[in-house]
Amino acid sequence: MSEQIVTSPLADLTTRPGLADEAELTELAVTWAPRPGFWGWLTSVDHKSIGKRYIVTSFIWFILAGLNAGLMRIQLSRPENGFMGPDRYNQVFTTHGTAMMFLFAVPVMTAFALYLVPLMVGARDLAYPRLNAFGYWVFLTGGLFLFISFYLNMGPNTGWFAYTPLSGPEFSPGKRVDVWAQVVTFTEIAGLVAAVEIVATIMKLRAPGMSLNRIPLYVWSVLVVSVMIIFAMPAVAMASTMMLAMDRLVATHFFNQAEGGDALLWQHMFWFFGHPEVYIMFIPGLGFISSIVETFTKRPVFGYPVMVLSMIVTGFVAFGLWVHHMFATPIPLLGRTFFTAASVLIALPTGAQIFCWIATIWSGRPRLATPMMFAIGFVVIFIIGGVTGVMIASVPFDLQVHDTYFIVAHFHYVILGGVVTPLFGACYLWFPKVTGRMLSERLGKWHFWLWFIGVNVTFFPMHILGLEGMPRRVYTYLPEMGWGNLNLLVSAGAVVVVASVAVFVINVLVSWRSGVVAGPDPWGGPTLEWAAASPPLPWNFHHVPVVEGRSPMWEEAGDLPIVEGLATHKREMLVTTALDAVPDSRHDLPEESIWPFIMAVAVAATFIPAIYTPWAYPAGLVIGVIAFAGWAWPRGRHPKHQVTAGRIPRTEPEPT
Amino acid sequence: MDRWTDGPARRILTAGVLTGALLFTACRREERRFRELPPSTTPTTVRVSALQPGTMVDTMHVANPYENNAYAQTEGQRLYNAYGCVGCHANGGGGMGPALMDDKWIYGSAPENIYTTIIQGRPNGMPSFAGRIPSYQVWQIVTYVRSLSGLTPAGSRSARTDDMMMYDGSQALPKHVAPKQSFRPPASEMP
Amino acid sequence: MLQVNQSVLHAAGPRAASTEHLWWFAFIVAAVVYVLTVGALFWAIASARRREREGELRPEHAHDRMTSGVGAGIAASVVILLVFLGYDLSVARTRDPVPKQHPVTIEITGRQWFWDVTYADTSPHGRFTTANEIHIPVGQPVLFLLSSSDVIHSMWVPNLAGKKDLIPGYTQSLWFQADTPGVYRGQCAEFCGEQHAKMAMEIVAQPLTEYRRWVASQSGPGAPPADSVTKRGQEVFLTGTCAMCHSIGGTPAGSHVGPDLSHLASRRTIAAGSLPNTRGNLAGWIIDPQRIKPGAKMPPNMLEPKDLDALLTYLQSLK
Repeated sequence: MSEQIVTSPLADLTTRPGLADEAELTELAVTWAPRPGFWGWLTSVDHKSIGKRYIVTSFIWFILAGLNAGLMRIQLSRPENGFMGPDRYNQVFTTHGTAMMFLFAVPVMTAFALYLVPLMVGARDLAYPRLNAFGYWVFLTGGLFLFISFYLNMGPNTGWFAYTPLSGPEFSPGKRVDVWAQVVTFTEIAGLVAAVEIVATIMKLRAPGMSLNRIPLYVWSVLVVSVMIIFAMPAVAMASTMMLAMDRLVATHFFNQAEGGDALLWQHMFWFFGHPEVYIMFIPGLGFISSIVETFTKRPVFGYPVMVLSMIVTGFVAFGLWVHHMFATPIPLLGRTFFTAASVLIALPTGAQIFCWIATIWSGRPRLATPMMFAIGFVVIFIIGGVTGVMIASVPFDLQVHDTYFIVAHFHYVILGGVVTPLFGACYLWFPKVTGRMLSERLGKWHFWLWFIGVNVTFFPMHILGLEGMPRRVYTYLPEMGWGNLNLLVSAGAVVVVASVAVFVINVLVSWRSGVVAGPDPWGGPTLEWAAASPPLPWNFHHVPVVEGRSPMWEEAGDLPIVEGLATHKREMLVTTALDAVPDSRHDLPEESIWPFIMAVAVAATFIPAIYTPWAYPAGLVIGVIAFAGWAWPRGRHPKHQVTAGRIPRTEPEPT
Repeated sequence: MDRWTDGPARRILTAGVLTGALLFTACRREERRFRELPPSTTPTTVRVSALQPGTMVDTMHVANPYENNAYAQTEGQRLYNAYGCVGCHANGGGGMGPALMDDKWIYGSAPENIYTTIIQGRPNGMPSFAGRIPSYQVWQIVTYVRSLSGLTPAGSRSARTDDMMMYDGSQALPKHVAPKQSFRPPASEMP
Repeated sequence: MLQVNQSVLHAAGPRAASTEHLWWFAFIVAAVVYVLTVGALFWAIASARRREREGELRPEHAHDRMTSGVGAGIAASVVILLVFLGYDLSVARTRDPVPKQHPVTIEITGRQWFWDVTYADTSPHGRFTTANEIHIPVGQPVLFLLSSSDVIHSMWVPNLAGKKDLIPGYTQSLWFQADTPGVYRGQCAEFCGEQHAKMAMEIVAQPLTEYRRWVASQSGPGAPPADSVTKRGQEVFLTGTCAMCHSIGGTPAGSHVGPDLSHLASRRTIAAGSLPNTRGNLAGWIIDPQRIKPGAKMPPNMLEPKDLDALLTYLQSLK
């Protein structure tokens, strides 16, 4: 591109003495100023503001669901314990699973992406800021709906995957499962919104020069995951929102064997989503590890093409695994063989990534700050889950341990090791960027060690319990089974896990107010987010940077080229081509708007009453049409909102 | 940091509104009572006929403890099948016995009427289930039978069973759709 | 209390044994892979730090060594995974098909929350129904035909074989064989409602003669009452709530809502494996099942003490 390329001192695109135009900066501050007060918070379309609240909300659901787990462990600590009856226990474990899977694991990953991706690719915001706000409000509605129902004795109670016919109208009376179905609706809408945002931003809003083979590995991970979300989530939305909800509300027979339906259909539709779902949770974690390892070994991850291909292959093959959840059902032998082979071989790409990280560490200068400890903890914890995963790909072995505590151990190891441990590392890595302050390293070490010990003490014995015959989802067990001591040990470990999370929460709360102040780049990281201020100004970068390699902050010895010419009197972004990031056009961004919130209210007004009556759909549609009209209303020819599209001239610099 | 990022006040407000809306519907409907004590009052002096000599004495009204309870409705449905009610009453359409889906109630449709009908038996073929079915299960069946005619709140009824449906969504039929009088026993079998 | 060993690692039959061997193979391989990988990680950290202490910036021939290292890791992983896959498929595909010779066929219907067991026989009068406790002959394959009448359950006897789901509308087959006599406990392994936790079964493997004797005793009706107390007990059973749900062969009680009780006294446990079959436990169960299995379909039964006593005597006579 031949915009006038000027250079600036390294890592500080926010000040640039010599080229700093006071008038420019003042105008940017006015153009991008957030609206004040409660109304401003409600109407915000800034991806950072929405990303922060998305992350905080996800962690609140995490803590509530974790408390549920604590209740379960209290009940199971002794045989024939009377702490909870079966009905309450069923609600507790279902809410735990549903909240963790639908309200925490995927949303926190998408929230991080919504925050970080524009900063990492050098954009000023996401592609569709109002859509992003809408996604958050819908997500919040889903979480509130689930937990309020749970506290009202209306919590779903058939497990987080709600097999029919148990979750059907005959065997699950009341509205509990209907609540579950609609919580899935809300979270799927939010997930799809986030996926669309991420794909559009990554493909079209990258800084000039950031061709696809130069985007950070974390950005690759969320790109892969967003495509997976788009393919996977409609399956479960269809199954729960449409088919199960209709069976329960208007007497359809999708899952009724007697009238031509099929109870097994539910399992196929759910797991077609369910298996990619766990990789949707896991692959961004891999992205986090890449970012952490790069930053704390001071070298780019070895084998970039291998890393990228591994993630793509994992994402692709993940769609061919779902029947391994159904080995005990009538699946033909050839089918089971195929899914066994696929489930065994998917370990390979992740293994390749781990080898590349080890190579990176070997040839770099590792520093054992807290994020790096979590990255190491990831390898140590996750691989246990990974190898048990290969074991249960085997049909005979799976038929012995399916639906036992061995499986509970497996998936907690891969989730806690592969999703939550990298997530904690990412929190320590990017907390300075988000808040401008460092998290305490001392508390961070405490957090890490309590977490590491707690997770292993809690979940390793569960392998043994599963092999000893303890099924899952049992509210109690008989004393003569001999499971009492191990269960007591597991419950003790859970206390340590709770302590670890408590230390983390304290660390966050204390450091947010009074942590050490961080500059733009406290860790010396390689990627573009470290060029923005901490916390970033509303417009992220004064000038869009130009990138010539994979680690822009390390490669430009002292100077980071930038693009001049984007308007400062209106909110404008630079759109580049999909493969090579050649500047293509300019794109206007919307101002703050209340319509996303109103649209989310319309969605809530449709799907929450829909558990009582099908008339909610036409009623909600009316509100939705109104909201959509408000949202899409043309913005008029006010000079501030004038759209100027078209190509940036190739010879002359654009006058500012 | 934006002070509304945590938004505790706003969250509490939203939570309160939603809670209020759901509070009044959820409690009775979702309760599942597994251990029922024997009832303190059993309707034994329920009058079946409205004709009374002398002054009208109000009949004894006993509230159905399960009127809005979803679990009781599905349990009632299960017991209706298990205890053989389907043998004479089918899934509400009747056969050897009168239809239960219509609005013609020979012995009354109030909960206590149906309760005494089941417990005491009736002429022309209705057995007496006293001592055979525990009292709380009779109330569950009462709830289900009333739901067949749409007399119980819609929110606690389930839409269908997992069996073959003789009448689609019989429990979900709103009141005005339920047939007025779908079966008339032969004259020799009329009460 | 008797210690029960419902364990995958205590195989008592050929299917469970081959799975157990597969497990140990997988465990050892996994442990080796784990130690090597985590070891490599710590070695990499230590190596890099040592290099840093010694002042070297980059290791020699870094790129080539890393390429060959990662390549070796990937190649080794491929080999290990394929070996495991091959071993597993050989076990899965040879052990799965039902043996042609299966002298015993048992139909099991999963119900909330017990196992309705029917011994199928070529002659109609050889069929009989029982519940929760299943006797099989030692050393012969037994075929189970599995279905459900309500929700999805899963039959799992870890000592003998993997599990199969009982899905309404489908009939699945499961076979296994016990090689040593004994009692093997199994449990429902698919969440099926409130009392999923207490839906257990017992497989009693007996030598052939003892098995045949058991079959003969189960095929007939329940023992007729011998004395007045037992007779009174049968009256209580038939005139009270019991006959509404339970059946006893040779009496008018023929309801299939609950488990068949024709030979209740011959069983080791009651309430789907929740309690040993003793007079006291039976009394407690009859009076208040909800105390032991809250949510179970059996209601509490307020009986006069004398009636209860007679009923217990009758039930304990049903051998």
